[in-house]
Amino acid sequence: MTQKTVLNETHRALGARMVDFGGWDMPINYGSQIEEHHAVRRDAGMFDVSHMTVVDLHGARTREFLRHLLANNIDKLKVVGKALYSCMLDERGGVIDDLIVYFLGEEFFRLVVNAGTRAKDLAWITQQAVAFDVQVKERPEFAMIAVQGPNARARVLELLHEVDRPRIEKLGKFAAAAAQGPHGMPLFVARTGYTGEDGFEIIVPEEHAVALWQALAAAGVAPAGLGARDTLRLEAGMNLYGQDMDESVTPWEANLGWTVSLDEGRVFIGRAALEQQKAAGVPRVMVGLVLDGKGVLRHGQKVLGASGEGEVLSGSFAPTLDKAVAFARIPAGEAGDLRVDIRGREVPVRLVKYPFVRDGKACDGI
Amino acid sequence: MSEIPGDLKFLKSHEWARAEDDGLIRVGISDHAQGQLGDLVYVELPEIGSSVQAGNGVAVVESVKAASDIYAPVSGEIVEVNELLNDKPETINEDAFGDGWIFVIRPSDRAELDELLDANEYEELIENDDH
Repeated sequence: MTQKTVLNETHRALGARMVDFGGWDMPINYGSQIEEHHAVRRDAGMFDVSHMTVVDLHGARTREFLRHLLANNIDKLKVVGKALYSCMLDERGGVIDDLIVYFLGEEFFRLVVNAGTRAKDLAWITQQAVAFDVQVKERPEFAMIAVQGPNARARVLELLHEVDRPRIEKLGKFAAAAAQGPHGMPLFVARTGYTGEDGFEIIVPEEHAVALWQALAAAGVAPAGLGARDTLRLEAGMNLYGQDMDESVTPWEANLGWTVSLDEGRVFIGRAALEQQKAAGVPRVMVGLVLDGKGVLRHGQKVLGASGEGEVLSGSFAPTLDKAVAFARIPAGEAGDLRVDIRGREVPVRLVKYPFVRDGKACDGI
Repeated sequence: MSEIPGDLKFLKSHEWARAEDDGLIRVGISDHAQGQLGDLVYVELPEIGSSVQAGNGVAVVESVKAASDIYAPVSGEIVEVNELLNDKPETINEDAFGDGWIFVIRPSDRAELDELLDANEYEELIENDDH
């Protein structure tokens, strides 16, 4: 049974091409994926991300629980409203999911996890929470709209109640706050995103989601589908769960070492395995690739180099760069000249440091 | 969605074939197919002079989303390719049945054309596709 977000009819009325995405009927584009991509890089676009799962955690020992559950250190969150990106690992150090956690009160934290991993995440979190007496509550009554692009914040601010505007305008990156939207609707506004552009991700009660979407459209924000969301996040160097990492991969092998906090004395799930792997030497690394010639890098293509054989993880044509880029996982060691097997033809590619694009422009060396 | 021109023949895999006055067969993909693929970003054209077999892959079109083989509707020799697509693959999105043609075949057996779907049959096929 395919699930639908509360904006499903709105997407269809806009002529969206709908696809199944992890059991959800979602818009892949509203005409041209490339134009939607450029709208986000150059102006402002919006995505329905209501399929993502909001999970609220309540209880006196919630912070202690999150110290145990997450590979990043929850104690980095000292001010109410701040957010943190983290992996949630199994005992073997494999990535169960990546998520954002918001600090909303000493006894109240909010997680936003992926749609495709909803069931296993809820089961895992609930199981781990028992020992800490933390209440785990999914919030399916929320919709979520991401508004992204250089003009995204300004467009959202116009729609907020004037008493909230100065406060939300000053909201720092990776911070969130409550505000009143059109007709006084209650919003949870976070300055986060998955595109490499500035903007907000807005959690809104389902019954107000259509009105918010329409107000944003009237303010000149372009609807953008999951297709553009994928090319935007790839250019921005952001991982996609299931494609770039899963339980068979540690954060070290998914270029997510920066999210792992090996702070002294904190025992989190997967830590022992991560330390062991680090000491033994991490066997695989995740790298960025650029194809300067013609063709498109795609998930599953074979990568050949001096250190052995690897594979393309996320790969696509990058509209901002007008050429193909990819993430790949290859054996550690001197990679030498890399080639990718595209339908039986070995095509030379360049190994680069990513992100590929930041703030609307190609990064140096791309 | 644009009208399907009545003079075209189709493969089930969404290639169209047009028999031209000089006896050559022009080939492209349908408007329905370009819509399914989304924005095209790269076209791998066949080599002029190469011989092709009906039903074999001879070109590749790649959209942002996916790569898709283009099959020869009839056997013969490639006599012309649409070089415009090297720089402007999006021409297929804009005019799939016209300027977005991909290659031209000199057929070795024109009777193969009769095995293809006509415009009505193709229209029926894609209607069923949509449901």
